[in-house]
This record gives sequence, structure tokens and C-alpha cells, in this order.
Amino acid sequence: MSDTPLRSDAPMAAPAMADSADTPTRPADRPPSRRGRRNARRRVLMAAARVAIVVVLLTVWQLAVNAKVVDPFFWGEPSGVWDELVSWVTVGTPQGSLSEQILVTLQEAVLGFVIGVILGVVFGIALGRVRVLAELFAPFLKVANSIPRIVLGAIFTVAFGFGIQSKVILAVVLVFFGVFFNAFQGTREVDRNLLANARLLGASPWRVTREVVLPSAFTWILASLHISFGFALIGAIVGELLGANKGLGLLIRSSQNNFNMNGVLAGMVLVAIIALVAEALITLLENRLLRWRPPQYHGAAAVE
Amino acid sequence: MAAIELRNVTKKFATADGGTYTALKDLSLTVEEGQFCAVVGPTGCGKSTTLTLVSGLELASSGEAVVHGQPVRGVDTSTGFVFQQDAVFPWKSVLDNVAAGPLFRGTKRSEANGLARDWLRRVGLSGFEDRYPHQLSGGMRKRVALAQTLINQPRILLMDEPFSALDVQTRAIMSTELLQLWDQTKPAVIFVTHDLEEAIALADKVVVITAGPGTVKAEFDINLPRPRVVQEIRFDPTFTRLYGQIWEALRDEVDEAYTRTTTLSRVAS
Ligand SMILES: Nc1ncnc2c1ncn2[C@@H]1O[C@H](COP(=O)(O)OP(=O)(O)OP(=O)(O)O)[C@@H](O)[C@H]1O
Ligand SMILES: [Mg+2]
Repeated sequence: MSDTPLRSDAPMAAPAMADSADTPTRPADRPPSRRGRRNARRRVLMAAARVAIVVVLLTVWQLAVNAKVVDPFFWGEPSGVWDELVSWVTVGTPQGSLSEQILVTLQEAVLGFVIGVILGVVFGIALGRVRVLAELFAPFLKVANSIPRIVLGAIFTVAFGFGIQSKVILAVVLVFFGVFFNAFQGTREVDRNLLANARLLGASPWRVTREVVLPSAFTWILASLHISFGFALIGAIVGELLGANKGLGLLIRSSQNNFNMNGVLAGMVLVAIIALVAEALITLLENRLLRWRPPQYHGAAAVE
Repeated sequence: MAAIELRNVTKKFATADGGTYTALKDLSLTVEEGQFCAVVGPTGCGKSTTLTLVSGLELASSGEAVVHGQPVRGVDTSTGFVFQQDAVFPWKSVLDNVAAGPLFRGTKRSEANGLARDWLRRVGLSGFEDRYPHQLSGGMRKRVALAQTLINQPRILLMDEPFSALDVQTRAIMSTELLQLWDQTKPAVIFVTHDLEEAIALADKVVVITAGPGTVKAEFDINLPRPRVVQEIRFDPTFTRLYGQIWEALRDEVDEAYTRTTTLSRVAS
């Protein structure tokens, strides 16, 4: 996993979502593709230490439950969460097979993510490039950004029903602003020399946008994608909590209604796994698209 | 009709404290068709600014920039500009960087690549086609920038200290090469440099700009025979004489600019 343990843009960094999207996420330093042997050993040790921490925490939790210090009715217990997961996988959930729930949530999140990112990039670049548009829309965006968008989920559920539509729309709304502000900022920060050079070399405004603005804003846009998938997932889950026929959110909701805390926690574990896998995929994409960038860690590509 | 004409141009910039800063004041300069004009002057005197006015990237606050008889109103793509700062596209490979101009102008990919390879050979970068700019040295990047501009065969060529990042040997080779290339298509050139020897060796005319606000202090015609071999021309007696004259004019301005910055920093501290 990531080598920067304290990354603030981890997908589940949810609570600040309503008001934090207008401070663009700085492009993250790209992890190096190649390291020395010493670094490899260090990484193994690091991973082992992390696993150890998790094992210790889970053991303490379980022991505390066994010793009746912690009440599993309120807080669940690791063995119970595990049993719940196993039963979901082998027997299925009360609302159908587990894979179906995961697929529904995933579909909502991915659709919301893709649409939100596309809209965010297009609007961000358009407003970043065309000053009049930026002036015209700035107040609207400020207002839209200041309302707690998660509340819109309630409206969408009523308006668009219990199907996936309302969740996708909520996810789009959550994803859009982060991507938009980053794309906008990235467009504004394009090196003026590069713009001048492209124009003098004969590029039309459209080609300047495509071949200079877009690639140079990519660093910013990609940085926002890390949090954005987390937002998309939140949109999907919250939408499902508010009312749905299927999905992980509903699974969590119905477990809660049955006072089954192990079920709630098991649902959270699944959501976390999805988020982590998505994060890894986005990092892969980032490394591919930003191949042209110089490695930023010491000793990265120097020894080949 | 002159290729480039600056008629009493003044350029003012807005400063952070709400005032204006006059970078150029009443500067007039004429470069004939096919003429190689070198511009020297102390740092900050407005040399780069002059080039942006000719290229149309900036417009004059007053006065007029005229190119081929037409007043400059915006960017004209028959002008080539080698920037003082790095301006190659970091996300494009060396080949794609050099091919960019022809591609922007609608040339077919295969043809553009062929042209780009040819120009990379001329600037001595064959074999580096697939590298990204960050994998090149500063001097190599500068040569990519040169090839990127020259491939378009501009009628007006503006160069802002194009060789400043090169070592002395490469600089001499590139200067000779530049003269050969210039001889082929004979664009009108404005070549900004801090290196007086380089200016004299290359140019038909050397213009000395005053410490800011910049204006033309003196012009010197360089009547050295062509073709010139840059490495050897400095031993020519005419060269030495000209060098003495121009340095005389330039020294006062450099001293002036230097005193100004040092007094400024003394006032500030
Ligand atoms: N966009 C700008 N805004 C404000 N001031 C500017 C701007 N561009 C240039 N200047 C000022 O105008 C003056 C001339 O700048 P210019 O870049 O033309 O100098 P130069 O002669 O090219 O210097 P050097 O030889 O160091 O490159 C400088 O004092 C600079 O601070
Ligand atoms: Mg300059």
C-alpha cells in the first residue's frame, strides 16, 4: 500500500466533505517505481509492523470482549464480524447473495465517479480557460459548494426512487466539486511560457487546451481522484442508507435495525476493501499517466 | 520594407502595490529583412520584454510594433520564439516536442516525424527521440527548444539567450550551426544575449539597451565578412576594435544597473 501512512486524502476521510472541497488537493508526490534493496527490506519490515499493529488491536478487542470489559452488543467483536462475513459469503445475506450487493454498490459508485469526474474536468477546464465563464459562474459554485451536499441525498431518494439512479446522482454531486476545483486550479496554474510557446508554434486554442492545459492540469486532477472515489462510495452508501432495495448500505442499515453490530462492522470492512482496491487502481493510473514526470524521490531512476 | 520595426514603444507593467513600472521607454528599433540583430544590455533592462512585443504575446502601452508592414495585434505564427526559460513540453517526448509545430500546423504525423528527426540530427540529438525533457541536460533541452522553433522555418526569429545554458564548446558549435541555418532561410533575427563576443560574432548589427527603463543607447554595424567561423572570428582586428567600442557603451549601463540594485538593497535593509 501507500508509503505515506498519514495521507489525509485516504478515501474514508469523509466527515469534512461538505466544506472542504473548495480547497484543491495538492498533487501528491508520485511514489517511485524502483527502489534499492535496502528500501525493499525496509518496506517488508514496515508492512510486517503494520500487520502486527492490526493483529494486536484486534486481539485486545477480542480479549476485552471475552473479559466482559467491552459489550459486544454495542461494539461488536472481531470473531463475530468474521462469522458474519463467512455466513454472507457461504449462505448469502438476508437480501440476496453478497456478490449482488457488492456489485450494486460498486456500480453506483463507479458510475457516479466516472460521470462526476468527466463533468468536473470539463467544467473546471472550461472555467479555468474562459475568464467570462469563471466570473459568471463563480457565485453559483460558491453557494452550491457551501450547502452540505449529503442532505441532497434525501431529496434524490424521494425524487428518483429506491433504484440506483438516486445513488448515482448523489455520488456525482459529491465527486464533482472536488474534481472541478482541482481541474480549475490546475488550469489556472499552467505555465504561461508553455501556453505562449504552443500558440507561437501554431496551436489553435482547442489544441492548446488539449495538448498543454489538459496534460499539465492532470497532476492536479489525478490528485483529486484519490479522494473522489471515496466520495463516490460515500454517495452510494449514504444513498442506500436513505432508502434502497439492494446494496452494501442497505445491508449495513438492516443490520443496524436488527441491533447486529457485527453486521454493521462487516459491511464497513467490505466498503473499506473496495475503497482500498480503488485507491490502488487510481495510483496505477496516476503512475501511467504521469510517466513523463521526473521521479521525486532520492535515488529513484538514477541507477538502472 | 523592414521586417521588424518598433516605433517609440513604451511598455508599462502594473506592480503589486498598484503603481506601474516602466520596463521600456520610447524604444525604436528596425531590423531589415534577413538581418541578424543582436541585443545586449544589463539584466532587467527590458530585452525579453522587447521580444514579447514583437511576438505579439504582449502589446505595447504606447508606440507601435510593426512586422512586415503590419502592426502587431496578437500572436503571429510566422514568428519563431526561443524562450529564455524552459518552454519545451515536459509530457511530450523529444521527438513529439520537435514535431509539435508541424503537427499544430496540420502536417501529417509521418511527415512531421520525418522533419523532426532531421532537425534533431541537426542539433545533435539523434538517439534521444524517446526521452522526456526531464531526462535531458539543460543544454540538451535548449537544443530541443531550438529545433522546435526552427523546424517551422519562421520568417521572424526571436531568440532570448538561447545558448546561455550551453558550455563554451557546444555554444561555439551551435553558433556556427545557427549561422548556417540562418543562411538557408534568412529570417530576420533578434538575438538577445549577455555575451558580447557572441553578439559580435553572430550579428550584422548590435544594439545596446540602457539600464531600465530600456531604450536604445547605441547601434553598431558589424562589417565582418560572412560566412563566419565563430571560434576564429574573435582574433580578427575589426572584431577587437568593435568589442572595445561596444563594451564602452555597455559598461556604463551595466554599472548603472548594478549600482541601482545595490542601492535598492541597501535602502531595503
Ligand atoms: N509581467 C511583468 N510584470 C511586471 N514587471 C515585469 C513583467 N515582466 C517584466 N517586468 C519587469 O520589466 C523589467 C524588464 O524585464 P525583462 O524580462 O524584459 O528584462 P531582461 O532585459 O530580459 O533581463 P534579463 O537579461 O535578466 O533576462 C524588469 O525590471 C522586470 O521586473
Ligand atoms: Mg530576459
